[in-house]
Amino acid sequence: MATVRIPPVLRTKTDGKAEVEATGENVGAVLRALIAEYPQTSEQLFGEDGELNRYVNVYLNDEDVRVLDGLETAVKDGDNVVILPAMAGGAS
Amino acid sequence: MATGATQVIEEIQPFEAAEEIEAGDVVLVDTREPHEYQEAHLENGKLVPPGLLADEIAEAAPDKSARTILYCRSGNRSAIAAAQLQGLGYDNVASMAGGILAWQEQGLPVIAASGMTAEQRDRYSRHTLLPEVGVDGQIKLLNAKVLLLGAGGLGAPTALYLAAAGVGTIGLVDDDVVDASNLQRQVIHNTERIGMPKTTSARIFIEQLNPDVNVVEHNGRLDAGNILEVMSDYDIVVDGADNFPTRYLLNDASVRLRKPVVSASILGFDGQISTFVPFEGPCYRCLYPTPPPAELAPSCSANGVLGVMAGTMGTLQANEVIKLVLGAGQPLIGRLLLYDALGTTFTELKVRRDPGCPICGEDAPEIAESEMGQFPDYDLFCAGAGGDR
Repeated sequence: MATVRIPPVLRTKTDGKAEVEATGENVGAVLRALIAEYPQTSEQLFGEDGELNRYVNVYLNDEDVRVLDGLETAVKDGDNVVILPAMAGGAS
Repeated sequence: MATGATQVIEEIQPFEAAEEIEAGDVVLVDTREPHEYQEAHLENGKLVPPGLLADEIAEAAPDKSARTILYCRSGNRSAIAAAQLQGLGYDNVASMAGGILAWQEQGLPVIAASGMTAEQRDRYSRHTLLPEVGVDGQIKLLNAKVLLLGAGGLGAPTALYLAAAGVGTIGLVDDDVVDASNLQRQVIHNTERIGMPKTTSARIFIEQLNPDVNVVEHNGRLDAGNILEVMSDYDIVVDGADNFPTRYLLNDASVRLRKPVVSASILGFDGQISTFVPFEGPCYRCLYPTPPPAELAPSCSANGVLGVMAGTMGTLQANEVIKLVLGAGQPLIGRLLLYDALGTTFTELKVRRDPGCPICGEDAPEIAESEMGQFPDYDLFCAGAGGDR
């Protein structure tokens, strides 16, 4: 069981939840488990080609999965999966 | 023996002290008061005022067998302190005869507060007392030129603390005017100045706070046509922009000009901050290669933001800027710090340079002078997120 941290912009798709528990042997499986529970998160995470959208960063604990094994990166019990889109809010 | 405790204090001449210091392995202790120390002191001299000797000497000189040279103004207080140290078990102590006066008479160098006025020495005394800042660091701050993108939520606290810290030149870029809805978080503005350009309102506040600061108003928006020229006058840029086109434009320009950018963003109860130093760490495009579509890029005006988030993240930005100016500590290079105000948690993520980054990657061509100012059409590129105010 891993904890998926949901960014503010996706919380409207997870009933407002900032963290969701999900099970899977790797990052891709964990994200698919998230989508199974909250289907509306799908289009914002994955493109039509089934790959992670380029504007969404996914971290396993503190490391970008792009420098690990991508969606194949193994997930252990208690790991954190962080979904992180860019934010631009600041000035006005 | 109450009366005969005539300890022999080794006295050395300034030139002898200078030779020992030059050779190394000397602990140098300044036994004067803080205000004297600030005026001028020997390089690497550690301040331990006479009244605090017993309490503070262990930190300044932890090794009682190490060579320890004490100095004061003229040699009296350091001799007394040397006797005290011997009583505390220090067995290799010397007092410098004639103190810093004799040292300076012989033309030996000191770290002086010259370049700072008496008012400045007083104003920044809490800075100059810090070994990480000192007089040298404060003079660096007074000479620093920092450009703030946005005089709004993030820019307000950043500007206030940088101004208070004595950053000598603060440039403010903003094309907006103060609105009542800004005041819940943009603490540099106030009710009386509603309707005034934000750059002007911020300048008024900063000038009241610290007359040392030269405020430069850039009352407009940065675009591909002006960004290089505006940025070229500054050492460090603080990115608190409210939209993605400006963030990417700033990134590309900063990589070309090799200027560090302290970048933060806030939304709701969440904040992010990182420091991008070109070619030393990743750039903004290494972290976020493409901007998100509009539905994943809501603005504070559409989504709301807790006012205090601007303060938290803005002051973290100011801290990063000050560290970059001083060359102190570990800036957030290659690290993204996330702050969740609801849970009061900080999370740190690693950010790596992308070898394939089109701007700072291995194959990214060095930008020729003739190419400077040539940027893709960002507004088209990030159509959905453009004008996201």
